[in-house]
Amino acid sequence: MNEQQLLNELLKKHKDGILKPSDRFNIPAQAMPQQDPAVRRTNVSEVALGYTETQARLEALRCLQCKNAPCVSGCPVKIKIKDFIAQIADGNFQKALDIIRENSLLPAVCGRVCPQEVQCQLPCTVGKKFNDVEKSVSIGRLERFVADWGRKQKSQSSPAIAASTGKKVAVLGAGPGGIVVATDTRRAGHDITVFEAFHKPGGVMVYGIPEFRLPKAIVQEEIDGLTKMGVKIVCNFVAGRTKTIKDLIEKDGFDAVYIGVGAGLPMFMNIEGEHLIGVYSANEYLTRANLMRAYDFGKGADTPIAMSKHVAVVGGGNVAMDSARTAVRLGAEKVYLIYRRSEKEMPARVEEVHHAKEEGIEFHLLRNPKRIIGSADGVVTAIECLKYELGEPDASGRRRPVPIEGSEFTIDVDTVVVAIGNGANPLIGQTTQGLTLNKWGNIVVDENCKTSLDGVYAGGDIVLGAATVILAMGQGRTAAAAINEYLKKK
Amino acid sequence: MSHKILSKQQLCQNVYTADIVAPLVAAAAKPGQFVIVCLKGSYSERIPLTIAGCDIKKGTIRLIWQAVGKSTLEFGDINVGEDVENILGPLGRPTHIENFGTVVCVGGGIGNAPLLPIATGMKKAGNRVISIIGARTKDLLILEDDFKVISDELIVVTDDGSYGRKALVTQPLEEACKKSPKPGLAVVIGPTIMMKFCCATTKKYDVPTVVSLNTIMIDGTGMCGGCRVEVGGQTKFVCVDGPEFDGHKVNFDLMMRRMQAYKKQEQQAIEEYKHKCQIGLNK
Repeated sequence: MNEQQLLNELLKKHKDGILKPSDRFNIPAQAMPQQDPAVRRTNVSEVALGYTETQARLEALRCLQCKNAPCVSGCPVKIKIKDFIAQIADGNFQKALDIIRENSLLPAVCGRVCPQEVQCQLPCTVGKKFNDVEKSVSIGRLERFVADWGRKQKSQSSPAIAASTGKKVAVLGAGPGGIVVATDTRRAGHDITVFEAFHKPGGVMVYGIPEFRLPKAIVQEEIDGLTKMGVKIVCNFVAGRTKTIKDLIEKDGFDAVYIGVGAGLPMFMNIEGEHLIGVYSANEYLTRANLMRAYDFGKGADTPIAMSKHVAVVGGGNVAMDSARTAVRLGAEKVYLIYRRSEKEMPARVEEVHHAKEEGIEFHLLRNPKRIIGSADGVVTAIECLKYELGEPDASGRRRPVPIEGSEFTIDVDTVVVAIGNGANPLIGQTTQGLTLNKWGNIVVDENCKTSLDGVYAGGDIVLGAATVILAMGQGRTAAAAINEYLKKK
Repeated sequence: MSHKILSKQQLCQNVYTADIVAPLVAAAAKPGQFVIVCLKGSYSERIPLTIAGCDIKKGTIRLIWQAVGKSTLEFGDINVGEDVENILGPLGRPTHIENFGTVVCVGGGIGNAPLLPIATGMKKAGNRVISIIGARTKDLLILEDDFKVISDELIVVTDDGSYGRKALVTQPLEEACKKSPKPGLAVVIGPTIMMKFCCATTKKYDVPTVVSLNTIMIDGTGMCGGCRVEVGGQTKFVCVDGPEFDGHKVNFDLMMRRMQAYKKQEQQAIEEYKHKCQIGLNK
């Protein structure tokens, strides 16, 4: 029996009201169609291709429609998950999209980059039944399916906007958090200006997350949506330097400000050799490759990037995976991923780790660099590492990696990408008096994302440290609601 | 917002100056700060250039740049009346200006451009300003007249002796350091190698020295880390911690090496650009 026949049979049972949980459990979890690893190594197109309609409806029928909907507790923006999935099963994709859009503004983005396996899909009853989170209903893929269906209809109407309040909101940073704040505050009838430091809006979605994971066209559609709603976007504006927050409020008459300026200074390992040519922070490497399109250097793009043969990427998060997989696409023959704990402790999404392995990236787990070795003219030639073993759990609950003395070994590489996280961006703190920061330089906010300054709110990486797109969006939601409330009283 | 070029001039071989509309930058800029120019959007490079002056009333900034790479060559080929798509700024911490007594301002080559607003600021703050400006040869010397106006003493040197004194800037700098009263501060901006030797000179006389670094950058706002330098044994970021640092603590050797990172690709880009221009001319 092929997929279509299976679906027809199940739909018939479903219609007759005799589809039992056991039938649902028997539906095979739908695999995501994807580009062949050997092919995708040489292009920057999207890896995951998206469910077909048949696949989406089959996957949707796997959902048990639990009364208590445990999945929602895992969603930072509380999407009515079982409701939209029920609509997919019935083939009502527009209704499904409408349900998602009540809570999430960027479903095409979140369906692609959310870490669902630790959020909505973690408490899923189906996954629990099989004792395997990978067998949970693929909520993220279904979200993406619906969002992409909607994109194809080109019928996305702008959300309704309340009558003008005459109040002005400045949103600093056009990343995922800023986009959400702009949308939600604009809906309430305020006059919104988004200020972006780069020459292009989108934040981490355009400079960081690679095209093969999140096509830039999708981000652009979201930005176009903002413009259509009447949100003004000003690029090449660095908050704190072009204008201070104080000036925005006192001189330019903004009634509220949202700070969503994103990631800050990249962390380095503070080991010998980090100033050698060929050592990059992941931020720099990805920005060159993505935003500046260094993969087209010599073919129109002016920003160069190392033409690497052998690359070591240090770190175990999504950014490390993105860097390693970008290196492959830039033509590296060998890419090594060096991580000081074991695979189990890796913060990267399982899917990204899986994709990286499929693309031939060599994992060196329980290894950590000791120094980077260079030639006489200062170019990276090798990385010396130490072997590690796992000791007692540390403050993060993960087992602490302990170096094994005398276990040094070297790998010949010409490029090293350091992907071990970011500190806070110091610019806002340096230029905003009265703004309370924590000891790491991140902005301190209350449960409504309000800072120590009246009318000033913040969220995303500048508050959380390195976080995710969805967490930034979740905070954006919270902040926007608080801003709308604040402006009502003002 | 695009940025119209209101006037443009070739100061000497490969060195251009232009007044460009950028009202937000002009209103906020202070001596020592820089901008990032991205000529045309996503396929253009982002290039950091120090602000050489600004006119708040007209809403313009003055940039002076040397056409040494593809992007700076292309910038030089943009005509008056045309636009630059993106200018971000002002970036970096402004120069700390106060009355130090005597300030020696040392500029080499294109470094004279960012030095001028700093020297001007120092003069306004009541300092006695000794300016030492140099170039390889007479034709490459820029801004002499401007420095004449704001300096209490101006010393011009050329490497080949074709103009002014035949000397490296370090010689008059050493003489200035020996004078009594000793300068309260030296500000040195120019090629990395020049800054390195100037700092070695002032160190001998214990004259505090500020240098302004112009490293490779992408975002310029404290995100990418490409501009990192070693200062006093610690990693610092030119874009947010600088661009000015205590010259006696900067590891110039490391910095010089890192500046060479893309030499090959830069050469390739220049050749392709020149080739394209040639084809254009033949049409």
